[in-house]
Amino acid sequence: MSIALELHDVAKAFTMHLRGGARLSIVAGVAFSVRAGECVVLGGRSGVGKSTILKMIFGNYRCDRGQILVRHGTETSDVVAATPRRMLSLRRRTIGYVSQFLRAVPRVPAIDVVADPLVASGAPREAARQAAAELLTRLNIPAPLWDLLPATFSGGEQQRVNIARGFLPELPILLLDEPTASLDAANCAAVRDLIIEKKRRGVAIVAAIHDETLRNAVADRIVDITPFAAAAGAIAAGVGA
Amino acid sequence: MNDEEQPLLIAEGLTKFYGRQVACRNVSFSLYEGEVMAVVGESGSGKTTLLRLLSMQTSADAGRVLYRMRDGVTRDLATLTEPERRFLARTDWGFVHQDPALGLRMSVSGGANVGERLMAVGWRHYGNIRRTATDWLERVEIDPLRIDDPPSTYSGGMRQRLQIARNLVTQPRLILMDEPTGGLDVSVQARLLDLLRGLVGDLKLSAVVVTHDLAVARLLSHRIVVMKGGEVIETGLTDQVLDDPREPHTQLLAASVLQP
Repeated sequence: MSIALELHDVAKAFTMHLRGGARLSIVAGVAFSVRAGECVVLGGRSGVGKSTILKMIFGNYRCDRGQILVRHGTETSDVVAATPRRMLSLRRRTIGYVSQFLRAVPRVPAIDVVADPLVASGAPREAARQAAAELLTRLNIPAPLWDLLPATFSGGEQQRVNIARGFLPELPILLLDEPTASLDAANCAAVRDLIIEKKRRGVAIVAAIHDETLRNAVADRIVDITPFAAAAGAIAAGVGA
Repeated sequence: MNDEEQPLLIAEGLTKFYGRQVACRNVSFSLYEGEVMAVVGESGSGKTTLLRLLSMQTSADAGRVLYRMRDGVTRDLATLTEPERRFLARTDWGFVHQDPALGLRMSVSGGANVGERLMAVGWRHYGNIRRTATDWLERVEIDPLRIDDPPSTYSGGMRQRLQIARNLVTQPRLILMDEPTGGLDVSVQARLLDLLRGLVGDLKLSAVVVTHDLAVARLLSHRIVVMKGGEVIETGLTDQVLDDPREPHTQLLAASVLQP
């Protein structure tokens, strides 16, 4: 299968001006690629920079250096150099992302939280809600909750709404940040099946997955982030920051 | 996305002094159709001056504002005749003031406030005007039974929603908003924001929203412009600027948001 996503020499440091300009280097020299239909799981201890890498691929965090090349059909875009407009278009058409936590929007019921990204990319509202309902059912969110505000849901229910929102659009690249952190075994299995189905349909997946059972079930490859974090430490020392 | 598409609104080097005080210095950006841009910053940062320059309420000391008219021709707003400007402001543009009393006529009925914009673009049939006004009151969640009451009898939140209906009834392509949720109770704010978010999305409006409230910016906008001392100090995707702010002042603003 063809390469869907490619990172070259990606580096990220935060300069914290409110802490006297302290510089916190996270990763450097990050390089890996992901093929269509492949699931790459990022490895390394908590805090090593897995979420940071996912956020850079999604354009949520900026990169200090390098390239993040995203293929869509015959087009290649570099996330690092993308204008806001291009990035929004990539998010609508190419890159999906399931964050660790659901960001609740006031007054929007669960089913529309899930359906909204499809509607934003042009689907009719009713069709999108129908598809959202099917996915919520698979993730064991009972129908009486669909019209309620997710802000009132339990942590696990919120996360499943968030998963449904991220999984519903059919995008060629999907980023998952600890999607099952607060789910029980039955719901983990539902998410596992969804991930496997995405892979079969040729979706390239990059994930941070703590849960060993799930990781073993879906990962084609583990990319250990630890060396990239070490490289960032070496660079910080070299610069004397 | 079509890269060939032309921007709807272009600001080029906009600069404004009040005496020797710089209110706005060398501000440039392009806004495309369907894009919502938030301008954030503290009081005195120049964000309201920028909005006044864009809406031709103030003339620039340097720089210009270009707008793509409905006929597809992009024109320098300074070259429009006064009737052309007025027509643009009444039809293709909306302006939502922080204080609804500035954008409404407080002594005529709610329905007339909406109908007036329609009459300004040539609507004459009373029944059609009233029907459309009623539709819009419903869209902004005002009970149509209140159509004959003047906004002086409305609550603050209702007045703000009426002002939005008055602006949107002529189907403008661009809407400029100055602190649209300022001075409203939190629950009223949430309702208004939800309404604005829905309308902007459904109508594919372009908008420039001036706000000091980063939560409002996050909810409504695609892009953010951060201003300080009359200058743009940082720009980018909304979530990027708020989650990974680069400039010291932006980091201070982002760190100052209260988490309930």
